[in-house]
Amino acid sequence: MMLIPCPWCGPRNETEFHYGGQADVAYPSDPQSISDEDWAHFLFFRDNPKGIFTERWSHAAGCRRWFPVRRDTVTNEIHPDDSARAARTVTR
Amino acid sequence: MMPRTPGADLPEHPDWLWHSPDPKPSYDVVIVGGGGHGLATAYYLAVNHGITNVAVLERGWLAGGNMARNTTIIRSNYLWDESAGLYEHALKLWEGLEEELDYPLLFSQRGVLNLAHSLQEVRDGVRRVNANRLNGVDAEWLDPHQVAEICPILNTSDELRYPVLGATWQPRAGIAKHDHVAWAFARALDRMGVDLIQGCEVTGFDRVGDRITGVRTSRGDIAAGKVALAAAGHTSVLADELGLRLPIQSHPLQALVSELLEPVHPTVVMSNSVHVYVSQAHKGELVLGAGIDAHNSYGQRGAFHTIEREMTAAVELFPMFARAHVLRTWGGVVDVTPDASAIMGLTPFEGLYVNCGWGTGGFKSTPGVGWCYAHTIACDEAHPLNAPFSLERFTTGALVDEHGAAGVAH
Repeated sequence: MMLIPCPWCGPRNETEFHYGGQADVAYPSDPQSISDEDWAHFLFFRDNPKGIFTERWSHAAGCRRWFPVRRDTVTNEIHPDDSARAARTVTR
Repeated sequence: MMPRTPGADLPEHPDWLWHSPDPKPSYDVVIVGGGGHGLATAYYLAVNHGITNVAVLERGWLAGGNMARNTTIIRSNYLWDESAGLYEHALKLWEGLEEELDYPLLFSQRGVLNLAHSLQEVRDGVRRVNANRLNGVDAEWLDPHQVAEICPILNTSDELRYPVLGATWQPRAGIAKHDHVAWAFARALDRMGVDLIQGCEVTGFDRVGDRITGVRTSRGDIAAGKVALAAAGHTSVLADELGLRLPIQSHPLQALVSELLEPVHPTVVMSNSVHVYVSQAHKGELVLGAGIDAHNSYGQRGAFHTIEREMTAAVELFPMFARAHVLRTWGGVVDVTPDASAIMGLTPFEGLYVNCGWGTGGFKSTPGVGWCYAHTIACDEAHPLNAPFSLERFTTGALVDEHGAAGVAH
């Protein structure tokens, strides 16, 4: 069970959150012009590191906002300072 | 009277079923991963293609990863033709495997029930039964009374929050003893001269241009004519060494067993909706699993709330389980793809082959994977049964969407 630091509500139990996978996956700037390979990579391919992973969580049972978290995928250790800093870039 | 040494009157430890050699400098084929898939692949490389200058490298101990952690269910009742081809081929091999390997696998065709709890699930189940039959896979649709006849301990009353409205039934499905499967393959491989090398972690690859020429390991460099990945949840870690991106995400998948109980549960029951699957091992433990934890993880453990949900479902469906004690819980690392189907075939690198993305369904496919992957490695082209499961399908869009029949929330 993880304690996840929501930047707005504070640390809450993992059960309050919804997982959103890798953070910072940008929609193709010109989707009409990219190749099938690039389109496949946007749709289906995500990083899968053993170690630090920047991922998105939604505080589904709280403020319902999305925010990024940097978590170690082996130890589940979360780096809250990084998350809080990045969270300010999310539109309120 | 001489003091008694504890254990002195026990019989001698039996001979090991396989040796534990040091790696040689080079092999025709190096298989990365000494689990069920790696062992089965080496076996069919030898038996079907006469290739025995092979090493199976395992970073831990033989079959100590997902092979030691799964819930041992074997079935082939998938929806699509591509999956039916592969899983049914595996099931047919299972049916002769005990005899072929001359080792007791405790393969028990006790059947599997996939429960439906909503009208939509009933429709999906009936559709899958029809699809199975068209593919020569044994399947029946059962109403709640027929379900109760097969599994009397299952709560089929309409008092449940999600009552059982029916089930698909595959009589040839069942379970096998996973450790014995690995040991049987290992013994056969050892006798054929294949090197099973444990405590040997692959840390990188040697290459000339886009051709793979060997692996770097914690026990030195090993040259290889061909390198075949069979590393399940850790395939991304290996592919990262080559800058090869794969459409897989690694998640924890938890399972648990109860204390030993008298035989009470005659079949395998799976439910996607309330989400639990349970069978009773030969020794008497109830073996339970459910879906993956949502987040990526290599930690071989997940959260307790996932187990709690699974046990809630189990106790509702099987009220008599409420007094059973949990003996232990554990987690494996499963690699999940966007379409809940595996990836097996060639890679952009010459001499490198990939088998991954089995998610929660790797065990049942073990002999089928070995057969097809060995063909792919030996012939440098996919076997017809694994051709639809190439890496290219994510670009062409020819996905094999098995989320409905995979049985587990991916």
